[in-house]
Amino acid sequence: MTFYDVLAAHSWEDIRKAILQKTDRDVRRALAKSKRDLQDLMALLSPAAEPYLETMAQISHHLTLKRFGRTIQLYVPLYLSNECHNICTYCGFSFTNKISRKTLTPEEIREEARAIKQMGFEHILLVTGEAPAIVDFAYLKEALREVRPLFANISMEVQPLQTEEYRALLREGLYGVYIYQETYNEQRYPVYHVKGIKRNFRFRLETPDRLGQAGAYKIGLGVLLGLEDWRTDAWFMGLHLDYLRRMYWKTRFSISFPRLRPAHGVEVNGSTISDRELVQLITAFRLFDENVELVLSTREPAELRDHLIPLGITTMSAASRTQPGGYAAEKKELEQFEVADHRSPQEVAQQIEKQGYQPVWKDWDAHISLALEQ
Amino acid sequence: MEALRIAGQEFRSRLFLGTGKFSSNEMMRRAIEASGTELVTVAFKRVQLGETGDGMVESILAANVRLLPNTSGVRNAREAVLIAQLAREALETDWVKLEIHPDPRYLLPDPVETLKATEELAKLGFVVLPYCSADPVHCKQLEEAGAAAVMPLGSPIGTNQGLTTRSMLEIIIEQSRVPVIIDAGIGAPSQAAEAMEMGADAVLINTAIAVAGDPVQMAQAFREAVEAGRRAFEAGLPPVEKHAQATSPLTAFLTEGDRKS
Repeated sequence: MTFYDVLAAHSWEDIRKAILQKTDRDVRRALAKSKRDLQDLMALLSPAAEPYLETMAQISHHLTLKRFGRTIQLYVPLYLSNECHNICTYCGFSFTNKISRKTLTPEEIREEARAIKQMGFEHILLVTGEAPAIVDFAYLKEALREVRPLFANISMEVQPLQTEEYRALLREGLYGVYIYQETYNEQRYPVYHVKGIKRNFRFRLETPDRLGQAGAYKIGLGVLLGLEDWRTDAWFMGLHLDYLRRMYWKTRFSISFPRLRPAHGVEVNGSTISDRELVQLITAFRLFDENVELVLSTREPAELRDHLIPLGITTMSAASRTQPGGYAAEKKELEQFEVADHRSPQEVAQQIEKQGYQPVWKDWDAHISLALEQ
Repeated sequence: MEALRIAGQEFRSRLFLGTGKFSSNEMMRRAIEASGTELVTVAFKRVQLGETGDGMVESILAANVRLLPNTSGVRNAREAVLIAQLAREALETDWVKLEIHPDPRYLLPDPVETLKATEELAKLGFVVLPYCSADPVHCKQLEEAGAAAVMPLGSPIGTNQGLTTRSMLEIIIEQSRVPVIIDAGIGAPSQAAEAMEMGADAVLINTAIAVAGDPVQMAQAFREAVEAGRRAFEAGLPPVEKHAQATSPLTAFLTEGDRKS
């Protein structure tokens, strides 16, 4: 059994309607509980919860404080390649977009890694498009070996791989993998994913299962906010999380909240999720799972990010460049999306401190992953 | 008050501190000082020494306390032993707080792997302080495997629920030949006092101090509570009467004047 079977037992339309039918009473019941289930998540994501936003924020703040303390973990993405053989309607790396393509050589990876290290980061996220003919398992393994000596914690956001490949990368010191389903609406998924391996909904959906079986320390989930109805997508992500944490109990999970951003060749049709709704979404997840890591990237502008710090966020990126080679030399035309928070890592860290939180640069030791059974 | 001895080391304070969740290193240092603690644990995975580091270890050492590295983050004995060895080398101490929690959500200790690692680390000459479930049999096994103390949890870590495992802790304290340090879940000074009155040798506090409105004040409050609880234990608490002393006892007839016994 995989999550595909669990998902197949639910109808998108039924769930969407069920969320809209949640009442004030359902919300108040959910708020009063100490452990909340998927029905409660539905209520908290529903329009009926809107009047309780401040209460949700207060509970979220206190739960996060209790579990994670006054700390925010910092990481930075390192884009290895913007080659991509997928055609996706929302992404600047999309195959048919006329942008210059670049895949870093081992020497260039080392340069980028050194530039990032000098910025103070110990946790990095290796990012690529999905072009397995160019950026394959062997390339990823080599990249991991290049950066490993410099960083305490290395994660990846790359094309879905096979269980054995994940196992091999974990043995090389990989910590976790972020794999966003973008949308759990299987019928609508092909509308956005026109061509390429990403068009295979099921293979992507089952990626966290393969990661769990391989023994990943962390798996990051996310839906792209701005594609389908956010409440329904978020609930399915909750269903996914609930399944994964039962199946792979030794793995920790994170949830990201990427909102669609402008990029070369991509039009964003208005904001389909408001700041208010984003706060509802973030706090609903904290109330649903007090232990899950909640991640916020530089897709969001500085001011909003600052306000979200005490609301349940545990992990933030800073000073991100979304184009390969962007740290050692600036080449804006290669980027995946426009970042909205342009502050330096030190500026972000100072702001975190100003709000009474400690920026945490290192919370892992690479040796732990390397001690995995060979 | 009696001093506490662990592996030949004497401690006047019976309050140990964790270092996670503080808003800054400076706040942590001030809380450590206010608590009067002499033993502070730090996750080795958080340690960044030297110029590129974040100064956390330096802040602890500035407070003039013994550093107790812990293995937080590891999932099995093999990883724990490796991290303990790295910590010994980097921080120049044989002491290690063994934490093996394969479940990253509630951070509950794995008894099988903890026992295995305790045995191995003790053989390697470490002073092993294992964080463990409040399971009396498990605690005896850890003691036999060479643990210098046992650190059973009062309730799930970070929950501030207090001594929900109380009846098990009572048995552990009754049976133990090594110090018993109540490690997790203590959320208020009154709960720390309760643990000390029960006869626990020490308590370890982190969340309750780190996320308090004023961590320094709270550290001081815990210091006083632990001292009060210990003093009460040493003074000998009066027994708690389970049954009322009846004014007309059922056995009064046995001593009544004109009765022949």
